[in-house]
Amino acid sequence: MERFYTFLFVAGLGCFAIAFVLSMIFPWMSLGSYHGMEYKTLEDLAARPSVEFVELSKSYPQDFAQAFGSAEPTAAAFAEALQRGRDLYVGQACWHCHSQYVRPVANEDLRFGPVSVAQEYQNALAQPHLWGTRRVGPDLSREHGKRTNDWHVAHFINPKNVVANSVMPRYDFYFSFDADGRVRPSKDALSLITYVQWLGSESGRR
Amino acid sequence: MSSSIAVPLSAAGARDEAVPLVDYGLIRAHLYAAFACLALSMLAGFLYSLQFLGYYPFTEGRLAELLSPGHVRLMHTNLVAYGWLVNGFTGMLYYVVPRLTGERVLSRGLGTLIFWAWQLILVLAAVGYLLDHGQAIEWGETPTGFRPGTFELVYVPVDALVTVGAVLVILQFMVPLYRARHQKYYVTLWYFTAGLVWLALTYLMGNVLPEWVLPGASGAAVTGLFIHDLVGLYVTPMGWGLMYFFVPLILRKPIWSHSLSVIGFWALAFFYPLGGVHHFLLSPIPDYVEFGAISTTIAIEIVVTTVIVNFFMSLRGSWDKLRTSFALRWFYTGAVMYMITCFQCAFQTTWAFQEIIHFSDWVVGHAHMIMFGTFTFWVYGVIDWLWPRVTGRRWYSTSLRSWHYWLSAIGIVLMFTILTAGGLIAGYMQKDLNPWEQIIDAQAPFWLFRTVTGALLIIGMLCQAYNMVMTAKAGKPFEEEEAPAESPEPVA
Repeated sequence: MERFYTFLFVAGLGCFAIAFVLSMIFPWMSLGSYHGMEYKTLEDLAARPSVEFVELSKSYPQDFAQAFGSAEPTAAAFAEALQRGRDLYVGQACWHCHSQYVRPVANEDLRFGPVSVAQEYQNALAQPHLWGTRRVGPDLSREHGKRTNDWHVAHFINPKNVVANSVMPRYDFYFSFDADGRVRPSKDALSLITYVQWLGSESGRR
Repeated sequence: MSSSIAVPLSAAGARDEAVPLVDYGLIRAHLYAAFACLALSMLAGFLYSLQFLGYYPFTEGRLAELLSPGHVRLMHTNLVAYGWLVNGFTGMLYYVVPRLTGERVLSRGLGTLIFWAWQLILVLAAVGYLLDHGQAIEWGETPTGFRPGTFELVYVPVDALVTVGAVLVILQFMVPLYRARHQKYYVTLWYFTAGLVWLALTYLMGNVLPEWVLPGASGAAVTGLFIHDLVGLYVTPMGWGLMYFFVPLILRKPIWSHSLSVIGFWALAFFYPLGGVHHFLLSPIPDYVEFGAISTTIAIEIVVTTVIVNFFMSLRGSWDKLRTSFALRWFYTGAVMYMITCFQCAFQTTWAFQEIIHFSDWVVGHAHMIMFGTFTFWVYGVIDWLWPRVTGRRWYSTSLRSWHYWLSAIGIVLMFTILTAGGLIAGYMQKDLNPWEQIIDAQAPFWLFRTVTGALLIIGMLCQAYNMVMTAKAGKPFEEEEAPAESPEPVA
């Protein structure tokens, strides 16, 4: 019994396979198209540019046109901004301090908004999911509609501008400033704000 | 299943007497690399903690973007896992596997290749994090190299390189393990054989499925399993494998009960991987999957108890050895912390605990207790025993070894306490709907104290690093007979 093949096949492959079936195949079957959950591509999600995205194009027409090729907030530009925003959110490891799911306990629905359901993560912008495991800052999955674009601009430049004791790092390297002090957001800044403002919006949740 | 298996103290049946059974050069190289990674990782952790105090040094210009706290956090966790532990364990496998099987590893040249390839992978991963290419998979942030959702290459595909590296490591050690297939295996080899297979499967599963195949909640079930398996099916088997080898070796007597070893191993193999989903409890993952994960997690507590009882009963009649052997002291302190952490697991996996602690520093404390308090302590312990043997020199300074031990032990216990307490406070304040600003304020003193305890760990590590270098350079010659029961004089 206590020989090479036992540990290679029974423990190494066998036990791993059992766990794989129970914790991967089963949830995948429960959560897949079996139960009427449809998968949304980036194009599906970005079919209608969000109010915040349109507003960004009006507030910063010059920077917007420079970033997305035209001053018009098209669906294609919206899709590009969402993907770029998500990439930065991942790249800068925002997801290690902000979670993206609301639990049905600890009054989280009162603090953040509706409890998360599986359908809202069945899309290209949640692959891989960004649930996170630590909340240094608040959950962001219900961020849509909570704050204005201006708030986010001020916050990204220096979080202490709007939250006095914030421990979030400054992301002012995504912005530049005119000679007369006007804020000039880069493409990265516009995308990041678009993505964060999109989280929890209708196109993501239904 | 006889109960009279002792660890073979020397190799039997080495094939070619001209080539030594154990290659000390490779062990030395891996241990030096491991220590360098540990130093960098601890420095990164310390830097990251400064952000919470408002003293983060890099806040201007390009440096702020490259060395942002988010990037530094990725460095901290990944260097510990893939730099410190993988390098350390690989170095130790080079010592243990040939001695237990009596067979050499596949090839010395392959060993050199693996060593340099692995260090290159670590550098490429680190540069990837700085350039925003980290992947959105916890503990598996190693860059895929592809633009998300496409097959367009934007960076070096580090994930693929890690997989190749893992396969080479497996080849290197599976060959001696296979050649010894007619022998009855000692416990250590059970853990190593299975652990090597699990490492490759786990890494592939965690880095490929959520990225390319499974979106959202079903992907989360797999990333939960990945976080869990990386610790439970690679780090834990390697750690316990080493314990089953070195503890009897130093105590000069067999492990107390072979039956308990059998239970411990098979229960780990069966129950451990079933608990993966407990990293995302109360989430959109189906409840029945969560219940399965919770009950198996509680079952693991039984496994842990058998193994811990086995090791402490082995110590019966030899407690004085803790006075004379630093290695044993590291091992058993680590075992106590293992027991505490796993006891904690059985409770914190319940929904009642999860409600309060899930998103708090409690979990960070738990992770530090197991990764530092247990596995890093064990690697420290093995290094303490192995270093004179691979350098051929006696330890340069006993008092530095003592400082290393006490600073690390006191530091990690304090850090664990502080993080647990701060986590509980933040957890309850979240439930009580306190404004977020108040929750931040309430945690501030705990974060300050955490940085201080981190500094203790770093000072301890630096004592050891200096001691290792000086031992290799200026230690007195070491001979095995000279120190039959470790250092003959009692140690502080």
